[in-house]
This record gives sequence, C-alpha cells and structure tokens, in this order.
Amino acid sequence: MGESDIYEAVIGLEVHAQLLTDSKIFCGCSTKFGLPPNSQTCPVCTGMPGSLPVLNRKALEFTIKTGLAMNCIIAGFSRFARKNYFYPDLPKGYQISQYELPVCEHGYVEINAGGKVKKIGLTRIHIEEDAGKNIHEGGPYSLVDLNRAGVPLMEIVSEPDMRSPEEAGAYMRKLRTILRYIGVCDGNMEQGSLRCDANVSVRPEGSGAFGTKVELKNMNSFKFVEKALEYEIKRQISAVKKGERIIQETRLWDSAAGVTQPMRTKEEAHDYRYFPEPDLVPFMPAEEWVREIGASIPELPDARRARFVQAYGLPEYDADLLTSERPLAEWFEEAVRLGAQPKPASNWIMGELMRLLNEDGISVEASPLAPAGLVELLSLIDAGTISGKIAKTVFEEMYRSRKPASAIVKEKGLLQISDESELSSLIDQVIGANPNEAGRYRGGEEKLLGFFVGQVMKATKGKANPGMINKLLKEKLKKD
Amino acid sequence: MELHQLGVEELKNVLDKGGVSPAEVLDSVFKRIDAIQEKVKAFVTLTREQAYGMAAAAGARGAGALAGIPIAIKDNICTKGIRTTCSSRMLENFVPPYESTVTGRLLEAGYVLVGKTNLDEFAMGSSTENSAFFTTRNPWDLDRIPGGSSGGSAAAVSAGMCAAALGSDTGGSIRQPASLCGVVGLKPTYGRVSRHGLVAFASSLDQIGPITKTVKDAAILLNIIAGHDAADSTSAPMPIPDFTRPAGMDIKGFRVGIPKEYFIPGMDREVEAAVLAAVKQLEALGAIPVEVSLPHTAYAIATYYILATSEASSNLARYDGVKYGFRAGGKDLLETYMNTRAQGFGPEVKRRIMLGTYALSSGYYEAYYGRAQQVRTLIKKDFEEAFKSVDIIATPTSPTAAFKVGEKAADPLQMYLSDIFTISINLAGLPGISVPCGFTREELPIGLQLIGRHFDEETVIRVAHAYEQSTDWHGRRPKL
Repeated sequence: MGESDIYEAVIGLEVHAQLLTDSKIFCGCSTKFGLPPNSQTCPVCTGMPGSLPVLNRKALEFTIKTGLAMNCIIAGFSRFARKNYFYPDLPKGYQISQYELPVCEHGYVEINAGGKVKKIGLTRIHIEEDAGKNIHEGGPYSLVDLNRAGVPLMEIVSEPDMRSPEEAGAYMRKLRTILRYIGVCDGNMEQGSLRCDANVSVRPEGSGAFGTKVELKNMNSFKFVEKALEYEIKRQISAVKKGERIIQETRLWDSAAGVTQPMRTKEEAHDYRYFPEPDLVPFMPAEEWVREIGASIPELPDARRARFVQAYGLPEYDADLLTSERPLAEWFEEAVRLGAQPKPASNWIMGELMRLLNEDGISVEASPLAPAGLVELLSLIDAGTISGKIAKTVFEEMYRSRKPASAIVKEKGLLQISDESELSSLIDQVIGANPNEAGRYRGGEEKLLGFFVGQVMKATKGKANPGMINKLLKEKLKKD
Repeated sequence: MELHQLGVEELKNVLDKGGVSPAEVLDSVFKRIDAIQEKVKAFVTLTREQAYGMAAAAGARGAGALAGIPIAIKDNICTKGIRTTCSSRMLENFVPPYESTVTGRLLEAGYVLVGKTNLDEFAMGSSTENSAFFTTRNPWDLDRIPGGSSGGSAAAVSAGMCAAALGSDTGGSIRQPASLCGVVGLKPTYGRVSRHGLVAFASSLDQIGPITKTVKDAAILLNIIAGHDAADSTSAPMPIPDFTRPAGMDIKGFRVGIPKEYFIPGMDREVEAAVLAAVKQLEALGAIPVEVSLPHTAYAIATYYILATSEASSNLARYDGVKYGFRAGGKDLLETYMNTRAQGFGPEVKRRIMLGTYALSSGYYEAYYGRAQQVRTLIKKDFEEAFKSVDIIATPTSPTAAFKVGEKAADPLQMYLSDIFTISINLAGLPGISVPCGFTREELPIGLQLIGRHFDEETVIRVAHAYEQSTDWHGRRPKL
C-alpha cells in the first residue's frame, strides 16, 4: 500500500453569470426572458451586414464590481477578442469575448467547507456576449431564437483549487451569494442565468503534478454540479487504479442516468482563431470610476456574518443563514433596528418566516409581512399580552392577512390569560378532574407536570400564561 | 456644360439660382445613365423612382447642403429598403432594414440617391472584375477596368452619371479607381467617418469617403459625412472643422515629402513623369519638396494581406445561409454551410477567407497575424517620423494607369500590386486623396496621391485644391 492508493481530485470551475442589465451588451435590445422568439432583436444582435457593436457601460460596471467584490485586480487596459466558430445560434459567426486582456484577474473568494475556511483563487473574470438558442421541434429543420444573443455574460474562471465536490458546491454557492449581494446576477441555475462547467482530474494525494483533465458540462443545478463531480471523480480513480489512461475530453452530465458521458469529439475539435476585436476600441477604466464602483459595493456576506456574530451575539449558524441573502439580512437588521431582540428575531425569521415563504415559494423581498410586524409581535410576547404558542398563530395570521398583531389578538380574543384568580380556579378544576395523575405527581413522578400544563392550555385554547400556569400548578400540587 | 456633367458645388449654385429644378437635374442625369449604363455598367441598382421622390421632397424643402444633388452610393453601404448587394451572390437580394450613418446624414442634407454602384465582391479587388454580376468599364477606354473596388462609383462620377459618389477604401479602393478614372477620391483618417452600415471587409482598415469631380466637392461631402457616431465605437469623438475652408488657401512654405521608396524601378514611366511634374507644380505654388524615407514600405503589401484577410475571414463568417441572403440547402447543417459558402462567394473572396483563416490558426497566429501587427506599428512610425519634417507627402496613387479588362485577372499577386502605393496609408490610418495630375499618351488619367497627418484632412484638401486649381486636368471629361 503506497501513496498511489489514495487519490485526490483537482477541480477548477468556469462559471458563466448573466448580468442583470436591462439591455444587451452591444445594442439596445431588452434582456427580458421568455418573450416571443426573435422579438428582442435588432440589426446588431442578429449580425446584419454593416452593423457594429457598442459596449453597454453598465455591463462593464457590473464586471468591475464583481471583480472588486472578489478581490481581483482590475485591468488598466482591457480589450475584446473575437472567438470564431460556426453555429446557427451565433449570428456573426464569432462571439465577442475577451482573450488575453480580461477586465479582472488574480482574485479569490473564501469558502467554508467542512468547518475550514479556504481561499479559492480566481484566474480571471471576463465579459462576453451570450449566443442565441437553437430549437429542435423534431421536423426536418431547426429554429433559431436570437432573443438571448448579445445578453451580457461574465465568465468567472477559478484556479484548480478545489479538492472535493463539497468544496466545488461551497464555491458555487459563495459565488452566487456574492453575485446576488452586489446585484449583478440573479444566480438562477435552473433558468441558466448561472451556468457552470468543471475541469476535473485526479492524482495521488500529495502529488504536485496534475492528472489529465476532463471537462464536465450540462450541470444546471448546484446538486448536479456536486453529483456530476462525485461520479466523475469515482470514475477517474477507478480507471487509474485499473491502469487505464484518462482521455482528455468533454463529458456531459446525464442527470437522468446519473452518469457523465463523453461528448462527440467532432463537436469539440475547435480552433477558435481568437484575435483582437477591431470594431471595439480597447478600454481603460478610469481609476476614479473604479473607485466609485468600489464604493457602491455593499457589505459582503462574510463581513456581515462576522458582524452579526459580534454585534448581535448570534450563533454562527444563525449569522450564516441570515446573511446568505442580502434582503434576508436586511429584513433582520431592520427588525433589530426597530427594537427587536436579535436572537428571538433570528428564531422567528429562521423558523416561521422562512417556513411560510418557502410554502409560498416567494423570496423575502416579496414577504407580505414587514419587519415592523415581527417587532410588534415580539413586544406583545414580552409584555405577556399573548403566549408564545398563540404568537405562532398570530404570526401566520399577520403574514396571511397583513393585519397588525394587536388587531388580530383583539379580533380573535387571543389575549393571554394572566389573571391569577381565573387561572387558579381553572387549575383547581383540572387537578380535580385528574386525581390519579395528581397522586402520581405527588408520589414523585414530576414529569407529569407537563401533562397538567397541557390540560390547562387545552382548556384555555392556548391562551394561558405558561409561566403563571407552571408556578400555580407547582404550588397547588405540592399542597395537600 | 450639361447638368449631368456638373459637380456638387456647381449644381448647388445652379439649383440655388432657381430656374432649374431638382427633377430637371435628374432628367439630365438619367438620360445620361440610360445612354451609357449599358457600356459603362457603373450601377448594380438604379433607384429612379426613389430618386424622383427625393428630388421632389428636396424641391419642396429647398434647404439642406445637398438638396436635390444626385449622388451614387457604393453598393456595400446599407440603404434602408434598397437592396445592398456588395456585388455578391451572397447578398444579391439583401434589403437592409436600416440606414447607414453616412447615407442617413446625406438624407438629412437632402441628397438624391441615383443608384448603388458596382464593386469588387465585398470590396475585395482593384478592378471590379471580382463583381459577381459584371465588370464596370473605364469611361476613358471601355476596354479597360475602372480600378476598384469602388470602380462603379469612380466610373459613374467620371462619366457624368451623378454629381458625386461615396466609396469605401480598405487598401486604396477610393483613391486607385479615382486615379484611374480621372476624378478626385478622398479617404479620410480612420475614425473620421462612421462605418456603421458599411458592410465590413477589414474593420481596422475600412473607411468611407467621397469620390467627386473636384477637391472642393470632396470637402463638401466630407463636411456632411464626418463626425463621431454613437453607433460606431471606432469613430473619433473629434471636432469637425469646415473642410471647405482650406480650399482656396495658398500653400506657400508647405513642406511636401517625396518618399524615395515610392519611386521604384519598374513603375510606369509616364506615371512617374506626371507625378514628378505635379511635384514641380507644387513647388511653383510655393511648396518645398523634401525627400523622405518610409523604410518599411516594402512590407506593406504582405502586412496588409495578412491583416485584411484575417479580419475578412471573421467578418464574412456571418454569411452562413441561416439569417438572410443566399442559402444553398444540404442534407445537414455542415453541408448547408459548405454549399452556401461555396456557391455564394466568388473565387477572390474565398481566397482571402482561406488566407485569413490560415493566418489566424492556432500555431500560425504569432508568425503571421502577430508579426503583421508589429510591422503595422513600424509602418505607422515611419509616417510619424516623416511628418516631423514635412506637412504632407506626395506619391503616385497607382503604379500604372488603367489596365485592360482581363489583363491581371488571372494573377492575383499582380493585381495586389495595384495597391502598392495606397495600402500603407490604410495601415497607418492616415487621410489620403487622389487628384488628377495628367494623362498618358493613350489618354488615360493619372492620379497624384497626397497623404496627411492623422485627422489633418484640412492640409490634404488645401494642398490638393491648390494643385487642382493651378492645372486643368480635372476639367477634362471622357469622350463617350
């Protein structure tokens, strides 16, 4: 048994992120999704003779913003290049992309995998146009929809720094979180606004050399990225162990079969003949502009998470979840700003709010309940006006009806019963109705207290003040 | 003189005086066209109906620098609703859905479009023999070529089929035919005139310019078409002077550079003599001839045919039969591509696509494209160096007068040498003009090329106008 029996994977990811600009990268057409085929096109994005590209400044701004958020160096001089290949969805016969002088280089993001913080290097981030879409309806022809042609994309290329599918998954999620935080991409993998290709190879653990890499495509969810890598790593390790040679190739993830399959080699025999795009002048983003863009970047998830732990005394788990989406973090902070205690607010958000949002399949931005509503609810609980148990009902009612908590409590008669004489007589009745249990409790079976609490709650439809019930029950059961 | 023989300035004066209507001007022009189009074959498309409509509108409006002036447009400049063929089977029935910036500006100035003129297919050639439709004839001798690629425009102006025309110049395609047809051809500085709507041949070299009967007319047209265009990122955001102002100013003390590399053994004796006589004439006008050296001239043709074909191979990739233009079917996608491009392009276009594809191929890129870019920089520096000691450079436009139809058609290399004196100016991005400077014994026109500094069309126009007005070459008309 030598080192050769333990293998490690080497993974690098190429992520395409669709930028959230209103118009396309080189023309004024809309980037809206799901409109009738070829309705969002013009001479530029259909590659008409004589048409010329003009760079959308917003697309460049978003790319620089991403670069800054991911610790990249922003190039002082950058230019576009043509990537030449024939395909019906590529109207000009070349894609305007970047080659030797990308907008951003030498960055990194930090991931948390298996409890350890790890830096994943970014080779580069460049900007390019998307292609259209070929539609095969089964006839002796194919159709082409060019609505997507010219939609701005960033390609984010990582260093081969990941060693497991989990790390790759954590990296993808981190990219998505940052992209959504800074508002440049909606991060939707299913709809294709975030796409991922992986380069993966295996080597004996501890070896400095790289094995032959395989490119994986067609993984359109976070889960598939991890599954495809898992499968591919196993496949490569078992091949190497059998003494087989890994072929450098492109493989497609087949999610139905749960395997990766080689793509036909004909499709990947490309010589893209890159050369500088003569229709666009090289650009030199002014330092002042880059500074302005940098200043517009909000607090990023890592910093925010640390602050949540420190400033609000939240557990790591809470801070992590609350900062995973910027609107969620903002919802929480707004509640705290309005007077909520951080930990109870966090509990309500992670519990009830997330449950209801998930049920409805909506994001926190679309939540019918505002932070002020939660704050009011918490203050009713603190004041003993309602019980914690009733509060759950009130919360859901607030969410559904958009009414304030106090109105719901009043309307439904949910005021907590904190009147000692009322509760006292109620408890007497409950004890009287359950002499057996009372006897056992007095005999030492103290866990039966819960049974009595339950009975009282049942009798009051949950409105009894739980602290008071406990106190009174203990007093009364001890007597005699 | 008959109305159709008049240039822009003269015609404008006649129209302004009243007594002659734009429709009467058109009557004269179309009578001329009807009489000689069969022989000269300058036009691919005549726009008689539109022309009378435009003339009526111009008559009604009266205003506009070109109100009622009949102008021909090279058929690689997009005109909305009027087919734009590039003299190629590929675009034989292509009707642009948009207007080029230059023709848009001419429209605003009230011009009247007479028709679209013949060219070498996709502007690739020096004789119009590469037109897929027919060869235009030189009005001075119908057995000879008019030069190219803007041969149709030059012949139309020379033969009095329009007051002026627009051409495009990638390696001499305005200046060489102007020289061979005995008219004025101005190639502006790269970036001076918008290329939006000019069907691209080589994007970093292409430039639109006027072909006219006088230098002043060229200045009048340049006033209208020059200037920054938001639709062309390579158009320069530079102020536009009144280019007609220098026409009429003296050239005393102007230093005229004579590059020794442009007077080579083997060039036509009559051309050499005419150009040297022109230099003497400039001296007589007070200019000072100075010998200069442009040491990298010998590499210009090789450099040009790598860069121009590389860009062309990419620019012409969009003609794939998918979106518009010619399509030849096939059993699958690849066969459709191959049939479409095999049948849609002529031999010279295919030759250049193949050359360019090769030069950009992986493994050859550095040796060809990369090297050529370096030499291009050296050629640019040659001119910068020369312009330290002179205000303008004078050379022959073409090494020979018009040659016979078929004489060089079988020998591409011989044909490429036709542009030996004009190509460097495109590589350096400089403005250049060709003005008539004499005739051979066979009554064939000879042209003098004047080259200026970047964005110094004013000096080019000043010197060219001074020379023109001191001779009567420009007054001669072919006997047809």
